[in-house]
Amino acid sequence: MKKLPPVALFGIVGLAFILVGLLQSWTLAITILNDGLIVAIMALGVNMQWGYAGLFNIGVAGFFALGGLAVALVSQPVDPAAWAAGTPRILMALVFGAAVIWAGVQTYNRMAAGRLRTLAMLVLLVGGFFLFRAIYDSAANAVEALTPAATGNIGGLGLPVVLSWLVGGLLAAVAAWGVAKTALGLRSDYLAIATLGIGQILIAVMKNEDWLDRGVKNITNVGRWPVPYEVDLQQNAAFIARAKAWGMDPQTLSTIWVGLCFTALFTVVLLVLLVLMELALKSPWGRMMRAIRDNEIAAEAMGKDVKRRHLQIFVLGSAVIGVAGAMFVMLHGLLAPTSYDDPLRYTFLIWAMVILGGSGNNWGSVLGALIIMLMWDEAEGMGQFLASHLDMLPSVISGNAAVSKWVVDNAVYTRLPVIGLVLLLVLRFSPRGLIPEK
Amino acid sequence: MVDFLNAIVALLNYVIVPATSYGAQLALGALGVTLIYGILRFSNFAHGDTMAFGTAITILVTWLFQSWGIGFGPLPTALLALPFGIAVTALLLLGTDRMVYRFYRRQKAAPVILVIVSMGVMFIMNGLVRFVIGVQEQNFADGARFVITATQFRNLTGLDEGLAVRTSTVITVVTAVIVVAALFWFLNKTRSGKSMRAFSDNEDLALLSGINPERVVMITWLLVAALATTAGVLYGLDKSFKPFTYYQLLLPIFASAVVGGLGNPVGAILGGFVVAFSEVTFTYAWKKVLTYLLPASLAPDSLVQLLSTDYKFAVSFAILVVVLLFKPTGLLKGKSV
Repeated sequence: MKKLPPVALFGIVGLAFILVGLLQSWTLAITILNDGLIVAIMALGVNMQWGYAGLFNIGVAGFFALGGLAVALVSQPVDPAAWAAGTPRILMALVFGAAVIWAGVQTYNRMAAGRLRTLAMLVLLVGGFFLFRAIYDSAANAVEALTPAATGNIGGLGLPVVLSWLVGGLLAAVAAWGVAKTALGLRSDYLAIATLGIGQILIAVMKNEDWLDRGVKNITNVGRWPVPYEVDLQQNAAFIARAKAWGMDPQTLSTIWVGLCFTALFTVVLLVLLVLMELALKSPWGRMMRAIRDNEIAAEAMGKDVKRRHLQIFVLGSAVIGVAGAMFVMLHGLLAPTSYDDPLRYTFLIWAMVILGGSGNNWGSVLGALIIMLMWDEAEGMGQFLASHLDMLPSVISGNAAVSKWVVDNAVYTRLPVIGLVLLLVLRFSPRGLIPEK
Repeated sequence: MVDFLNAIVALLNYVIVPATSYGAQLALGALGVTLIYGILRFSNFAHGDTMAFGTAITILVTWLFQSWGIGFGPLPTALLALPFGIAVTALLLLGTDRMVYRFYRRQKAAPVILVIVSMGVMFIMNGLVRFVIGVQEQNFADGARFVITATQFRNLTGLDEGLAVRTSTVITVVTAVIVVAALFWFLNKTRSGKSMRAFSDNEDLALLSGINPERVVMITWLLVAALATTAGVLYGLDKSFKPFTYYQLLLPIFASAVVGGLGNPVGAILGGFVVAFSEVTFTYAWKKVLTYLLPASLAPDSLVQLLSTDYKFAVSFAILVVVLLFKPTGLLKGKSV
């Protein structure tokens, strides 16, 4: 099969978005596009790790969630009551915990192996754990007890939410450094499962530590400056006048306008990242990365520090995923830690995008992300669509109430086998993806 | 002395009995993962969904039997339906192998490609399960609920603490013992089992000595179907069935297989129990047991819970990471491809 040039592929996807806009609604098309731009950035991060360096990271959801956490920590107003109640003690406890772990690592590395070392480690870690809990528990409880219905967490820094993109990347990078230090020495599937595990632990912490991000109670109102709110636009006289002039309902126009503002912001971020990554890939650094990926032993023999390079790209890729996580929470105006507990949606789906687009090719990852997101989100409304168009279906389905109800109820799940099938077909017939690596 | 007995009973009731049955379920699941890793040499991400599929079919057959008025006395009807669930799952797995995995096996594709392929299979099976039975929670346990209830136990022994033993717990443990014994008998004593182990140890040597690889692979999938369906049905009888829960069960099952050492069946069983017992002991509130054991002046006023129960899965992964740090291929030496 002769491959279509990338421009044509992007054209087809663009056409698909326009069709969604014309046939369904422009609001939907823009919603999908915004989600698509965010997952495209996630896919870029995964592509860096897998496509450039061959690292199998399936803890994507964890880093994505950490990016979201950054939004809460940056944009929530400063909470002086929480500071008085226990924030400093919590921070102290965390520093203490980190110190215990550091001391544990030092003990392990510096003492000679034997019973004495085991004993020392045991005393240090068990004692450290209970001391940590002694400081931490009372402080966390004190913070959580403050107006639990409204806040009950440590609040944030009260800074503009856009800053959280950077902070999200930074948080994810720090976590990735820890993960890499512990897990990158592992081989093959052991590494993959370790990253999956650590990702799940990160999410478990976000779900359960209410003092941090209110856990299952979620955080809303994270702010979205510079993007305006729909409600404000709808009350703005100039905006209403413009809507009238264009013959549009102000409400619809405000949703579309806000959506487009996000699209513009996200596109800028995506393009900046793409350019940086393309430059990096073409630089000697990128060539070295691919050399390491293709033959680790040969690269090592050439004097390349494989371990260090792996650590570096793991951290960079995870930081990119963290940035996407922060953008995602800003777009939806909601941090819901429980929602991340679905590796299918937040990890494996991103992998499907990278494979579909072509591992190792940044443009491919973006294309794959837009296509898969389009499928995923379109299936969301399929049940409703079928319910209102039952008469168009064959009479076997529409004639029988039980069958038609089953079809309507299950329509949304068709996206799972469809995406699975796409993934399998690509792997089988075009393993290098839609836009192969050069 | 009475206090000591009470402490023992409380420990049995809240920690040892639940952890044993959970451990047995994880062990059966992990055995499936580890067999695939040993023979086909990849981590099968579709394993949780295979379990869900087998259980879903078993539930459907159970409902059919119930509508016909067929029961199994005090035992759950699902045990009668289990062979049918296994058979359908076996067909699904063999079909998947024929249509998907065989191609890559012949190509001698890198193991990591097979892992990604299994992600695709996971998506498909995940949808399939939802089509077959829906997303809701299903309770399909029938028959007697308890072998002995807490009240009966208290009346019988005169202790303050009760020990409730649920039928599902006994069934889980008995079934698991039978299945594991049969599996090890098969692997160690029969010709097919020996050829499987030979293939797992050294593929080239096994091929040279005339072992038919396709046959080995087929037997593996049959065993995996039986193990996964049994594990899924036992878990469902013990708790309940929900596709998403089963999908998530993949995580502790992987943890068990990896902790024990991928490709090592004994390791999978050990891993299952290590993970189950650490999950339960770390998240159990030890106040009750300690109150019985310690003198009144030392009795704890807090719950003495090391971690909140929400960290259940996190515990299994923490164990996984710690084990891997010190033994990079698991407690009992596993393979690494």
